[in-house]
Amino acid sequence: MLNYVIKRVGIAIPTMLILIILSFLLMHAAPGGPFTSDRPLPAQVLANIEAKYGLDQPLWRQMINYVWGVVTQFDFGPSFKYKDRTVNEIIAQGFPITLKYGFLSFIFAIGVGIPLGAIAAIRQNTWIDYLAVGVSIGAQVLPNFVMAPLLVIVFTLWLGWLPGGGWGGGSWEYLIMPVIALSTSYMASIARITRSSMLEVLNTNYIRTAKAKGLPTKTILLRHALKPSLLPVISYLGPAFVGLITGSVVIDIYFSTGGMGYFFVNSAMNRDYSVMMGITILVGFLTIMFSLVIDLLYAWVDPKIRY
Amino acid sequence: MSFLEVNNLNVEFDTADGKVRAVNNVNFSLEEGKTLAIVGESGSGKSQTVFAMMGLLAHNGTSVGSVKFDGNEILNLTGPELNLIRAEKMAMIFQDPMTSLNPYMRVSEQMAEVLTHHRGLSKSDAVKESVAMLDAVQIPEAKSRIRMYPHEFSGGMRQRVMIAMSLLCQPKLLIADEPTTALDVTVQAQIMKLLSDIQKEFGTAIILITHDLGVVAGNSDDTLVMYGGQVMEIGTTEQVYANPTHPYTQGLMSAVPRLDHDGTELTTIPGNPPNMMLLPEGCPFCPRCKFAKSECKTKVPELIFTGTSGSHYRACNVAVEELV
Amino acid sequence: MIVANKKKIHQMSDNLSESEFVQGRSLWADARRRFMGNKAATVSLYILVLIVLFSFIGPWFAVWTNEEIDWGAMGSAATQGMPSFATGHFFGTDDLGRDIYSRVIQGTQISLMIGVIGAAIAVVVGTLYGSISGYVGGRTDQIMMRIVDILMAIPFMFVLILMLVVFGRSIGMLFVGIGLLSWLDMSRIVRGQTLSLKNKEFIEAAQATGVSDFKIITRHIVPNLLGVVAVYATLLVPGMILAESFISFLGLGVQEPNTSWGALISEGAGTIRYDTEWQLLFPLAFFVVSLFCFYFIGDGLRDALDPKDR
Repeated sequence: MLNYVIKRVGIAIPTMLILIILSFLLMHAAPGGPFTSDRPLPAQVLANIEAKYGLDQPLWRQMINYVWGVVTQFDFGPSFKYKDRTVNEIIAQGFPITLKYGFLSFIFAIGVGIPLGAIAAIRQNTWIDYLAVGVSIGAQVLPNFVMAPLLVIVFTLWLGWLPGGGWGGGSWEYLIMPVIALSTSYMASIARITRSSMLEVLNTNYIRTAKAKGLPTKTILLRHALKPSLLPVISYLGPAFVGLITGSVVIDIYFSTGGMGYFFVNSAMNRDYSVMMGITILVGFLTIMFSLVIDLLYAWVDPKIRY
Repeated sequence: MSFLEVNNLNVEFDTADGKVRAVNNVNFSLEEGKTLAIVGESGSGKSQTVFAMMGLLAHNGTSVGSVKFDGNEILNLTGPELNLIRAEKMAMIFQDPMTSLNPYMRVSEQMAEVLTHHRGLSKSDAVKESVAMLDAVQIPEAKSRIRMYPHEFSGGMRQRVMIAMSLLCQPKLLIADEPTTALDVTVQAQIMKLLSDIQKEFGTAIILITHDLGVVAGNSDDTLVMYGGQVMEIGTTEQVYANPTHPYTQGLMSAVPRLDHDGTELTTIPGNPPNMMLLPEGCPFCPRCKFAKSECKTKVPELIFTGTSGSHYRACNVAVEELV
Repeated sequence: MIVANKKKIHQMSDNLSESEFVQGRSLWADARRRFMGNKAATVSLYILVLIVLFSFIGPWFAVWTNEEIDWGAMGSAATQGMPSFATGHFFGTDDLGRDIYSRVIQGTQISLMIGVIGAAIAVVVGTLYGSISGYVGGRTDQIMMRIVDILMAIPFMFVLILMLVVFGRSIGMLFVGIGLLSWLDMSRIVRGQTLSLKNKEFIEAAQATGVSDFKIITRHIVPNLLGVVAVYATLLVPGMILAESFISFLGLGVQEPNTSWGALISEGAGTIRYDTEWQLLFPLAFFVVSLFCFYFIGDGLRDALDPKDR
């Protein structure tokens, strides 16, 4: 097990470095510096600013400094646009918000998706199966940016039950629509994957053996069928996590929740490279860590995987 | 009244491409402690016959007819009713030991749950008894190996585990569905020996399903030959072997390699097993039968007494004398 | 030579089987029959064809072009810009008084184009990469797949937005960016298929007769991958459309005066509080229906071409 962990981490570290270097180079490939604007600054002022941000040094030097800062202290440097703020401060403001509704969305997607898919498989070709299949097909074409305005039309404009945006300190009425908008399509995918893998498992020889042993259906489902059915779901959690993080950008923009996504889009509009880089690298880091956890979880669940 | 009686058993599957009649009017009976071999090519309906008895048909399958076990009708019982019989009185081992054990559970869990469920034993007692049963089927170091997962056993060992698991409640009838097909020849012999030892020790009746006539000869009291979902010939194993009265059985016999008949060329039955979707109207074997007459195309032969000895029946439109 | 052999084998098996029902059907004819038997897939195909036709024929019936501004409706879309035949705004107008009908047509063209071209780029790059990796095997395969693993761990959408900001927000950049970043899954699938094809007799035969590796890949491996690639490509198109719409929804994708479904949904979603739901609902309907169709067609193709059920 330990060897497997080491091997897996051994892949994660170079991936992380490549991501950092890649986004750094991408930024510096941009035509014009971050301070090129409509009103040209006097040459002296520009040189001073560039010196302050270390932009006067050779590229390789800047890169090493940046990578070093990120790796050793998680320091993404100052924002290029908000002169008095560092990237870390901006992230610290947005990240907890993203984390809160993102986590709830993740739980919602799993908590509703798995039971829905499992029930559909067990009651195959009954109304509940058709309902689950219908919902999961429907939700596939209702990504977050479609769900968000539709929810607002129904629950804010027609029914007037929920506020159409804002964070409100994260109280529940502000959370409901972001969570549903963000998680619906992933909940649907999880339901679909659970259903098809459960159907496959229920047709295996070992489930037939379990039936031949005279075990009650409930025992067969819970003891024999559930775990193997969930393996494909576990593999899907990685992509789902990426999808949720990406989708949070839409949520932050549409519901003005004030999470990281808002700062990302804002900095994209303003060419605030350091903020974009910082957020991209942080998201990459989270993604890599999460897929590491998923792989370890998978290895733990599936006894056939030997390290 | 025999201990197991199967009367006019029919099994049908409803598929996207139409109805498939997998088993047609199958009749047989079995006495306590005896072995019946069901022989046939793959797709002849032999497995579906026993699956219907155990209530293990796929969800698109339906069965009609009667199966009397220990005096009670057991065909088409509900799940909970069947669960009182399964493993308790009638147990089953399957063709492919590689996939028939749950790869995600330890052998100990899979065996012990039979006893905790049917006998109400505690977990530790159940494991103890399971270890004893693994010893009985000659698995070395059973005590430590029971903690392993199925993939850590060899094929032969897994089949032993399956057999041990099926015997935990000492059932009166053990159904073995091609128990040795997926195994090496040397292991096959060991498993067959194990089954016959078990029969002697526990007095278990066995239904042995196989396509291997070599396995049948030394290990069964009666033999039933199936083709295209129908019984072709049934009798004691000696009768069927010494005096096969059906063209299909004769074909099967001459296709078995034998060392004691040197010089005789090995023959095959021409053609392929029938497509169960498009069974011929008459005798299913008709298209491949070298004795076929015109009436064979339209008339389904009935299973009738051969008139030669005790319990020997055949289903053929052509008289025995004409089969030369 | 190989083709001739195949024919012979077919004839042989035809001669051998006495019964009429074992007649050789070509893979594609069989697949078409199965696909046509799938109602959801065929209906989806017809609807999709109608949508495509609409995006070409629709402009002939338009009263307003996509850039004309109806000054009467400008600023008072909620009262003056409702969908109506009298004003010629079949789908209503947006807040600037532009005709939604014409803008939806333009958005449909652009979104479908991005979907198809993006998928095409992903298919070409992914198929070549995957088939080379699988066919060459060994160390090369390991390194090539490790690169894919690493690229997969990178948050695609964030990097794409980064690229758009750095290299400018043009449709061309959007095509290339979406296409280049989504060939990864494709390459994995193709590699797996190639590995299993590699050991088939006809490949060995080609190797034995001295056909070059490149020719084996392009002539024998790639054509045999078509089934999988076709299925995956139909599922990639809606994926591309989703990605584009996502970016355009954030205002970082297609720029004015061009538009796309995502951009129109974004505009419509921004104004729902002013009683102008049609600005959202018309583009949304086109988007949702088209995606539905693509998914059903992809599922239908998969069922039709999946050799597992044969």
